[in-house]
Amino acid sequence: MIRLFVPRDSFALALDADAVAARITAEARERKLDIVVVRNGSRGLAFLEPLVEVDTPMGRMAYGPVTVADVASLFEAKFHEGGKHPLAHGRTDAIPFLKNQQRLTFARCGLTDPLSLADYQAHGGFAGLAAALKKSPADIVAEVTASGLRGRGGAGFPTGIKWQTVLNAAEPEKYICCNADEGDSGTFADRMLMEGDPFLLIEGMTIAGLAAGAREGFLYIRSEYPQAIATMVRACELAQAAGFLGQSIQGTNHSFSLHVRTGAGAYICGEETAMLESLEGKRGMVRAKPPIPALEGLFGKPTIINNVLSFAAVPDILARGGAAYQALGLGRSRGTLPFQLAGNVKQGGLVELAFGPSLRSLINDFGGGTASGRPIRAVQVGGPLGAYLPEAALDTPLDYEAFAGASAMLGHGGVVVFDDTVDMGLQARFAMEFCAVESCGKCTPCRIGAQRGVEVIDRLRASENPAANLALLKDLCQTMTDASLCAMGGLTPMPVLSALSHFPEDFQPAAKAAE
Amino acid sequence: MSQTPASPAVETATAIAQAHGNRPDALLEMLHEIQHRLGFIPEAVIPALAQALNRSRAEVFGVVSFYHDFRRQPAGRHVVRVCRAEACQARGGRETEAALQQHLRLKTGETAPDGSVTLEAVYCLGLCAIGPAVMVDGKLHARAEGKRLATLLTEVAS
Repeated sequence: MIRLFVPRDSFALALDADAVAARITAEARERKLDIVVVRNGSRGLAFLEPLVEVDTPMGRMAYGPVTVADVASLFEAKFHEGGKHPLAHGRTDAIPFLKNQQRLTFARCGLTDPLSLADYQAHGGFAGLAAALKKSPADIVAEVTASGLRGRGGAGFPTGIKWQTVLNAAEPEKYICCNADEGDSGTFADRMLMEGDPFLLIEGMTIAGLAAGAREGFLYIRSEYPQAIATMVRACELAQAAGFLGQSIQGTNHSFSLHVRTGAGAYICGEETAMLESLEGKRGMVRAKPPIPALEGLFGKPTIINNVLSFAAVPDILARGGAAYQALGLGRSRGTLPFQLAGNVKQGGLVELAFGPSLRSLINDFGGGTASGRPIRAVQVGGPLGAYLPEAALDTPLDYEAFAGASAMLGHGGVVVFDDTVDMGLQARFAMEFCAVESCGKCTPCRIGAQRGVEVIDRLRASENPAANLALLKDLCQTMTDASLCAMGGLTPMPVLSALSHFPEDFQPAAKAAE
Repeated sequence: MSQTPASPAVETATAIAQAHGNRPDALLEMLHEIQHRLGFIPEAVIPALAQALNRSRAEVFGVVSFYHDFRRQPAGRHVVRVCRAEACQARGGRETEAALQQHLRLKTGETAPDGSVTLEAVYCLGLCAIGPAVMVDGKLHARAEGKRLATLLTEVAS
């Protein structure tokens, strides 16, 4: 029997993977071939999706991007035996894009059937949980602290310190919340992980439950990710039935239950306190801090809130020890970050690397430059609230502190590439417009400031009183930075001011046209 | 005058709330289910939910109006959501949105007068490496430009 893999990840589904899988099954039946099609996660080579793989004695061979029209010719070329074809890429793990990565969190993603517990365990799954079940809560937290793991959602707060705070809290009732409201443009790693390796997230959250003494967890997934929601709901049912969730986990006296909750299209609910409000069934209005959620979080109880990738990094840390994870990276950025190459890039997808290489190496060596073939003009790193960097800044090392030093942020590791056709004045306007649309409305600098920001940029671009409006825009940005309640209003000036300082010519298109 | 009997919409909403144990924290889940069943959140279900969850009408209405997902009017028979976020902009998303507007003769956010289709903006579908991204009736489409977009447009029209 031949095993073929056609991903069930959204990347592949959005490029007709279901139809490709159906065509392969039908074609195999007509040719009387004994073939089973496994619907795996994505290997992260988005530019080759749908990437069809074949299990051969030489290893897994890759073909892509495959359309329905290619299926017949693939069979003609005996691709099911690893045969040559214009879409063939040889062994999947030898493709440079994949071979040159350091995959820890995404080591299993794409190799397995995401909803097969047997597959998960055969590939090292639940080793971290097994290790954690033998440890005291304090020892679990110590391992996470030793790993140097910092929150992967963007802020980079040390995960061990957060967990320790919740562990120390005296309340009997505590919660674990996973923020899977991955609303930042240019990011898709959370989605890929939930769709491609859901048990890893369940394992990580369960370990957090053991560490903090929490018996209940909530997974908040944005509604724009229906495939991730369906996968996680099913994975929770399977884990529960197999005794990995629920009462007496694996026969111990520990219990942990996990609820999947769906967001409703509000970007602000990616902010942790707005997410808590939303989980409580309210408007997603940001809370003032303090109190910090680690002490007064969901329903007012001590709560560990982490991003999908932070929880997903934990099983490996418990299985192999914090020191092994800490050995990767540089400075205070330890371990690996799953970078996401997006926008106008030739080879987009997921690139997990230890911290340290330059942004240029990521975009050129992995991404292969722009998709349009035109020169790179700007790169936005860290989502809609991240800075726009000019070509000259591409040598910045991928490290939290180095990016902060360049008045930018590494954030969640999303990298959006723009070629030289981009109008940076328009991008700055969009940043303000987006903030105006998505502001929760609680604080004035964000709610009103973003609206005024759009108007000032429009006046600037129409060359109305440029000097006065420029001063006004800078002043407005300062107010938003200093006086907003959360990162939404506080960081919106980052893309605006970075665009203004690196690409000032784009803010006077009228003057430029007159030249 | 006798009390008017509960409308089918109110009955649906009450039953959904009850299935969630009338837990106030499950309000978003309830609203998703109501919208899935009825196509939108009718005005009449707001007081019914408020009563079931022991919250004020203002609180329930506040939730319905806060979240972009919840509709207070029915959408068109087809819903086209086009991604407007940066990664898609970098790959021609603005052109895709313009093409959809022109083809459907709608501005983003509008529903056709005959109720056939709604065109909406969405900020990121998580397909940022292979944009521009479009979602049609819940189904994802990547690389929505050129020939693929043309094919999609004919499907949307039919």
